[in-house]
Amino acid sequence: MAGIVGYGIYIPSYRIKVEEIAKIWGDNPAAISRGLVVQEKSVPGPDEDTATISVEASRNAISRAGIDPKKIGAIYVGSESHPYAVKPTATIVADAVDATPNLTAADLEFACKAGTAGMQICMGLVDSGQVEYGLAVGADTAQGAPSDALEYTASAGGAAYLIGKEDTIADIEGTCSYTTDTPDFYRREGKPYPKHGGRFTGEPAYFKHVLSGAKSLFEKMGTEASDYDHAIFHQPNGKFYIRAARKLGFTEEQYKTGLLTPVIGNTYSGATPLGLAAVLDIAQPGDRIMAVSYGSGAGSDAFSITVNDSIEEKRELAPKVQDMVADKHYVDYAVYAKFKGKLRMAGLTED
Amino acid sequence: MKDIVRGWRHIPQRYNLIGSKCSNCGEVNFPKRVICPECRRKGKLEDIKLSGKGKIHTYSVIHTPSDDFKILSPYIVAIIELEEGAKITSQIVDCGEDDVEIGDEVEMVFRKIKAEGEEGVISYGYKFKLSK
Repeated sequence: MAGIVGYGIYIPSYRIKVEEIAKIWGDNPAAISRGLVVQEKSVPGPDEDTATISVEASRNAISRAGIDPKKIGAIYVGSESHPYAVKPTATIVADAVDATPNLTAADLEFACKAGTAGMQICMGLVDSGQVEYGLAVGADTAQGAPSDALEYTASAGGAAYLIGKEDTIADIEGTCSYTTDTPDFYRREGKPYPKHGGRFTGEPAYFKHVLSGAKSLFEKMGTEASDYDHAIFHQPNGKFYIRAARKLGFTEEQYKTGLLTPVIGNTYSGATPLGLAAVLDIAQPGDRIMAVSYGSGAGSDAFSITVNDSIEEKRELAPKVQDMVADKHYVDYAVYAKFKGKLRMAGLTED
Repeated sequence: MKDIVRGWRHIPQRYNLIGSKCSNCGEVNFPKRVICPECRRKGKLEDIKLSGKGKIHTYSVIHTPSDDFKILSPYIVAIIELEEGAKITSQIVDCGEDDVEIGDEVEMVFRKIKAEGEEGVISYGYKFKLSK
């Protein structure tokens, strides 16, 4: 059965604090930090986008796996912030990791869960013998409209997973999904910022899909919360993540390692893959991990994963999540606005 | 269109630092050469993928860039001596001008170089950052 042969991550080094954003809009920073369980978020540099984040994460995944990139038969990049509306990010990644030309590649979009959807597609291709290795990336440079609640969390980062059968560092024992048509969050073609349904994004959207996806996996695997050493969930903010984990019966010890939103914000398609990477960075051989993504629109992909012995040697071969979380420098709101292209400039060509 | 084709031709060198090495004298060049400048017709050139690790040979801080790069200003441009011996000019990212010194170790990163307006093609390629 298909498993994880390598994983790699990338988080931009710039950060902005909740206090800095709250100051601009006259909000109470303590109330926002407490309500959303977020202290600061990552900000992409002016020369960083989903393609550059995907390439860095993919190079780290390949370094960790130690495989010949020409053996990669499929690359999928999941994101809701692909640099082009038409022209794949996946081909940029494929050439930059030297996997071209004998492979299939495509971009995926499913709000915040396109990265885990790519992992499932790669599992299918690997298990059916169509490809030896598949590379699935979840990455975003998320946009939150100025003064919108999303502005406090919408951040940037990504993770890449190399899926294969041989020499796995962790085996994916099973996966299942829960999907319905629920318009809780969306962005129309050509619009710069997404819209969301406020409280509608909670119970009928995030919680219904995450909890149902997780329960389907429990049923499929014959497991319960206490069978897992670690659990990771999609994390639009810290509050939703913790509430979902507790409702499913997980303890803080089980869910704390994968919760990154308080220190890097919501990396959208990168969020669950990055949380899983943070767990793989510290997991022991034999540990069992549950990971449940969520994408608005809406759906959840749930995975049951067992860690193998080779994790201990391979995790040292590329940067770890906490290394990149700690490597940071702060920007103020003016620099953030410039980096994120929120300023209208005369006759300049940068977006 | 000419710019798109030129950029596309440069993808191997810009994405993966593909240079050339003369198997006769061992000299490494970046960008790659057609003829070895040392051995001339005796030289035999092969493609080499450079490691992307090197040291800052010298650098300058750009305060008055062209319009295309104004959003990055001020930024650092360095001549980097790569492990393999070739020298390469590149921006040093994710640091301030006080953080950089001649001799600092750097490594390649993948970044956006420029975009041709809001509707044009986006060019990607190598930049460098200080090694930890």
